[in-house]
Amino acid sequence: MTPRRKRLLAVAGILAGVAVATAVALRAFDDNLLYFYDPSQVAAGQAPTGKTFRVGGLVTKGSVERVPGSLEVRFVVTDYAHTLTVSYTGLLPDLFREGQGVIAHGRLKDGTFVADEVLAKHDEKYMPPEVAKSLKHAPPPTAGTT
Amino acid sequence: MIPELGHFALVLALLLALAQAFFGLVGAHRGRQAWMGIAAPAAAGVFVFVALAFGCLTYAFVTHDFSVQYVASTSNSALPLMYRIAAVWGAHEGSVLLWILILAAWALAVAALSGSLPVAFRARVLGVLGLIGVSFMSFILATSSPFARLVPAAADGADLNPLLQDPAMAAHPPMLYMGYVGTSVAFAFAVAALLSGRLDAGWARWTRPWTNAAWVCLTLGITLGSWWAYYVLGWGGWWFWDSVENASFMPWLVTTALIHSLAVTEKRGLYKSWTLLLAIFAFSLSLLGTFLVRSGVLVSVHAFASDPSRGMFILALLLFFIVGSLTLYAVRAPTLKSEAGFAIVSRESFLLANNALLVAAAGLILLGTLWPLFMDAFNLGKISVGPPYFNSVFLVPTLPLVALLGIGMHASWKRAQLAGVRSRLLLLAGAALVLALVLAYAGYRAGSLMTIVGFTAGLFVMGSALLEPVARLRAHQSLSRAVLGMAIAHFGVGLFVVGVTGVQSYRIEKDVGLAPGESVGVAGYDFRFLGTQPAVGPNWQGVEARIAITRAGAPVRELSTQKRVYRVQQNPTTQAGIAVGWNRDLFVALGEDLGAGKWSVRIQYKPLIRFIWLGAILMALGGGLAALDRRYRARRAATEPAAVPAGASERI
Repeated sequence: MTPRRKRLLAVAGILAGVAVATAVALRAFDDNLLYFYDPSQVAAGQAPTGKTFRVGGLVTKGSVERVPGSLEVRFVVTDYAHTLTVSYTGLLPDLFREGQGVIAHGRLKDGTFVADEVLAKHDEKYMPPEVAKSLKHAPPPTAGTT
Repeated sequence: MIPELGHFALVLALLLALAQAFFGLVGAHRGRQAWMGIAAPAAAGVFVFVALAFGCLTYAFVTHDFSVQYVASTSNSALPLMYRIAAVWGAHEGSVLLWILILAAWALAVAALSGSLPVAFRARVLGVLGLIGVSFMSFILATSSPFARLVPAAADGADLNPLLQDPAMAAHPPMLYMGYVGTSVAFAFAVAALLSGRLDAGWARWTRPWTNAAWVCLTLGITLGSWWAYYVLGWGGWWFWDSVENASFMPWLVTTALIHSLAVTEKRGLYKSWTLLLAIFAFSLSLLGTFLVRSGVLVSVHAFASDPSRGMFILALLLFFIVGSLTLYAVRAPTLKSEAGFAIVSRESFLLANNALLVAAAGLILLGTLWPLFMDAFNLGKISVGPPYFNSVFLVPTLPLVALLGIGMHASWKRAQLAGVRSRLLLLAGAALVLALVLAYAGYRAGSLMTIVGFTAGLFVMGSALLEPVARLRAHQSLSRAVLGMAIAHFGVGLFVVGVTGVQSYRIEKDVGLAPGESVGVAGYDFRFLGTQPAVGPNWQGVEARIAITRAGAPVRELSTQKRVYRVQQNPTTQAGIAVGWNRDLFVALGEDLGAGKWSVRIQYKPLIRFIWLGAILMALGGGLAALDRRYRARRAATEPAAVPAGASERI
């Protein structure tokens, strides 16, 4: 085999590999892209039903309640314009607190957001950028958010 | 006074680094011996002054100097000494200083151990390292000085983030940075080769141990981070495809490709321009990682509050180094010719496949990591790419990679005669498959196709890695460190694959609510909740729960898990209780008080999880052994014996 043919073969092999990888990546992308919506967008009906997405906002003070006898927790997230009730069964992250920003993964069911994962910030000064951007106006002075 | 001294030392270090860069690069360009001779002493001076600056900052932490803003925001008077020292790199400013210190240390090591290199080449390498030092020192002095004073001084500090108050976390950043920054040495070698237009086997032989050393640090750093996330974040996962984890994993993949491509360049004089390109990519991805972590553009465990000007500065540095080195590459690389040919079945082509697959894996991760940024930048919606994407696409290049690894180890250079080992490899593959089936169906009583494939591939690679050392020992042949290192590292890859397959296939996670005396069964183990009691530490207080584990009535372990609240930051953290076993971990983490003495508890069963870290440690061990191979020292001494003091060559 001439070096030229070998090089051609190598290039063809690499191209085929890249093509397969791209195809798989695009497919995986389609299935796993999670869009972010704030409570106002959900209230306006822009969020998909029956598909997983992410929602974020501040946990309204005094809204966290447990369903007795189970691990289910319900709380309300707000962007200061609209609110959304979130239900989650399991252990909440350590830094989950009322008045703080959270992001939840899950889907919408009968007007409630059923989360399979709740993420809180990891640092005192840090707020998820999506949540920071989604807040519709400055917090009321009594809200005491950072 | 001391912090000002530190700041002043840093300014002096910057000036010396400027001299190192200027006299190294310009001196080599003009061929002035005296100028080139300045680069090495300048590198030593940079190290001394950066170390002095670092020492001053550490002193401020140890002595609780809360008049320094950085100390006030990351330390506290109740913080134990060990974590006060670790707090030096616990936030942005200090971690950049650590980055610079490690860069200076690498440059010093290169300066001390490169006496036998051609003078102009050595000057260029040190010059490039000096240029990197200049950029990062201007960055820290312009945007994020750790020595800035706080007026008036704080009465006490805001404390170190509780998640970072952990031994593994104290060691993780320095180790990871040694790896990140270590890629700058390979980068400097590559740029120097491009500038001089010369790239021979000697160049590759020189670059190999340095690249290996950086790769070993990167491997250990990532492993430490994974281990930390496992028990400190309280989630019990070992990898989250978090964007910053990805930022450290991409340079690892590319550096792995680089150490393999360097082997071809050294032994066969092939893939020269590709090797240079990989060296540039590895360093660029390290810089990209620094940018992603430090700019706060990504949502991550590691994203601290950030200042946009810092992100812009690092982005500018990133563009300067990437565009600069790629332009140089475009101009100079075509002059580097590879002459030798090789057959389709040869070690060269196996290593080509290795490189293509590793780079493809890095590319797929890069795509998933940066896509959300592009979407956001062009207002196409706020998205995130979840772990399922990475889990599925990562397998596409890595499965063939692992399979080819098991065979490729036995291919010889130029033209391989695999017929000699074919029967042994087939036998080995058959044995691996049988063992995988036994492991899955007799050991865990279940197994999907992917489980069997994973176990088989891992066991095959483990066995295949042992073939050559065993054969050599049987024939009473000596075993060089390079061969032994390769075998150990590849055995580690197999062990890692077996561990990942076991955890992903058979892990059990259960969140339950338990009252004292109640128990729950998981994977044949019985977890009994014994109740809670208060617990106190030096700077925290909290609740401790005890859980007794039994199996078929026989006691296994009693674990304690804590919910800690640190006094200053008031952030709760969970201290998981873990019963470690060679073949499984039992993991309990305390959740919240559900009232009436009942607590929520996360219980996990993690089979074979130790194999993951053990495999990674073996990879690092193998890489380290290979870097210490005799021939890197022997040949160097042979080329220019007078230039290498006996002590210096021993140290590598």
